[in-house]
Amino acid sequence: MAEIISPMAGVVAEVKVNVGDKVEPGQELFIIESMKMMIPLEADKGGVVKEIKVNVGDFINEGDVVIVLED
Amino acid sequence: MFSKILIANRGEIACRVIRACKEMGIKSVAVYSEADKDALHVKMADEAYLIGPAQAAQSYLNMDKIIEVAKESKAEAIHPGYGFLAENATFIRKVKDAGLVFIGPNAEAVEAMGFKTQARKTMMEAGVPVVPGTAEGIKDLEEAKRIANEIGYPVMVKASAGGGGIGMQIARNDAELEQAFKMCEMRAKAYFGDPTLYIEKYIENPRHIEIQVLADQKGNVIHLNERECSIQRRHQKVIEEAPSVVVTPELREKMGEAAKRAAKAINYDNAGTVEFLVDTDLNFYFLEMNTRIQVEHPVTEMITGVDLVKWQIKIAAGEPLTLKQEDIKINGHAIECRIYAEDPDKNFMPSPGKITKLSFPEMEGLRIDHGIYEGYTVTPYYDPLLAKMIAWGKDREEARQRMIEALKQTVIEGIKTNIPFHIKALSHPLFIEGKTYTNFIDNLK
Repeated sequence: MAEIISPMAGVVAEVKVNVGDKVEPGQELFIIESMKMMIPLEADKGGVVKEIKVNVGDFINEGDVVIVLED
Repeated sequence: MFSKILIANRGEIACRVIRACKEMGIKSVAVYSEADKDALHVKMADEAYLIGPAQAAQSYLNMDKIIEVAKESKAEAIHPGYGFLAENATFIRKVKDAGLVFIGPNAEAVEAMGFKTQARKTMMEAGVPVVPGTAEGIKDLEEAKRIANEIGYPVMVKASAGGGGIGMQIARNDAELEQAFKMCEMRAKAYFGDPTLYIEKYIENPRHIEIQVLADQKGNVIHLNERECSIQRRHQKVIEEAPSVVVTPELREKMGEAAKRAAKAINYDNAGTVEFLVDTDLNFYFLEMNTRIQVEHPVTEMITGVDLVKWQIKIAAGEPLTLKQEDIKINGHAIECRIYAEDPDKNFMPSPGKITKLSFPEMEGLRIDHGIYEGYTVTPYYDPLLAKMIAWGKDREEARQRMIEALKQTVIEGIKTNIPFHIKALSHPLFIEGKTYTNFIDNLK
């Protein structure tokens, strides 16, 4: 299991995967808008999306868990 | 003169305008979003009103709410700062219709510069040089060759319907043009469903140099010299200076006169900036006009001694420009570094968060415009500009040394900033030699 955490505070602009999706390493999972910039967040390793903990428009803090991946 | 002004902005520029108000004996009204309740501009103003949630669309861009607060607080005028509603003709008209004064140009002037193809045409008619090229589509390769030879290589072939760099190619001779023409025509058709192409002269290694103007409501226009703003990242200016190392007194006069013609052609009033691209042979071409106060206005203030924000307020109040062109001199040199909440070690990613420690140096010839304090939490909702540090020197080298010293003495902890980048850039031989082209940051790597 791997938890994908947000590297910075911001607002979730886009969630690019659904629960159950198989993702590849390097695949874009979601986009955070912070300080007028769009920052894509990628999976560092492959897996299956077990849980998505945020919705588009949510404010998230640095260190918040956004997505949980299952091996 | 006004007795009370509402500032429809936040951050360092709101603080800057409030300072001008204080110095003029004018009461200031701040507006703020829920995310900004602890912001410095709210603390500095005489009154402050909550106007909505963090999202700018519902707060700092909420025209009706801002006008309602202005009327409720009995402010007579609204200063828009830069960004947000500063160049919004609809807002300007709404402010006027509400019986208030907009501290900035008239709505028609803003519109005249807002539509880029129209602005290009207006400038050509006013005798302001624009990048040579065809405004309309070219019909075939033969015509393309004729035009390219007329304006001189290199040229850029562009798709009329294009954007984002797609369907754009440089050609340096007839053979390359033939290839570029075919390629762009194909791509333009495939991507935009419209094969129409046009040609523009390609400006190699350009500098971005702009002229500050002030115009009153009676038709008097002066220019306040140039600012060199070539050092940019992601089309965002990072370091600006005045004067420019390449602008001679003759060129300054030519560019200044062109900027004044640009302003007069659209009946401009208030402070504005005419941006030019300058090529390596020092030919200059109109790029656009910013119809507002600019972030980098302090470098002009530092070398001319003219307070641009105070003049904005005076002109909006109907006062005539008492400054004459011959009153505008250049005293020394000024450099501005924009301090952004960005992490230079992580590809300049945003770095919002709490400022746990803050200390700016105090030294002669140093000005700092900022909107932060120790213990303040920088929100991720707005742009990353924390502060502007402006160093003045009797010459460029003194300003540069002073700037580096000031940057080294600045302490901002808790968040990352681009201060280390500034020190590196200002210490670089290319900067020292004044070789600041728009590709400066790429060459730094």
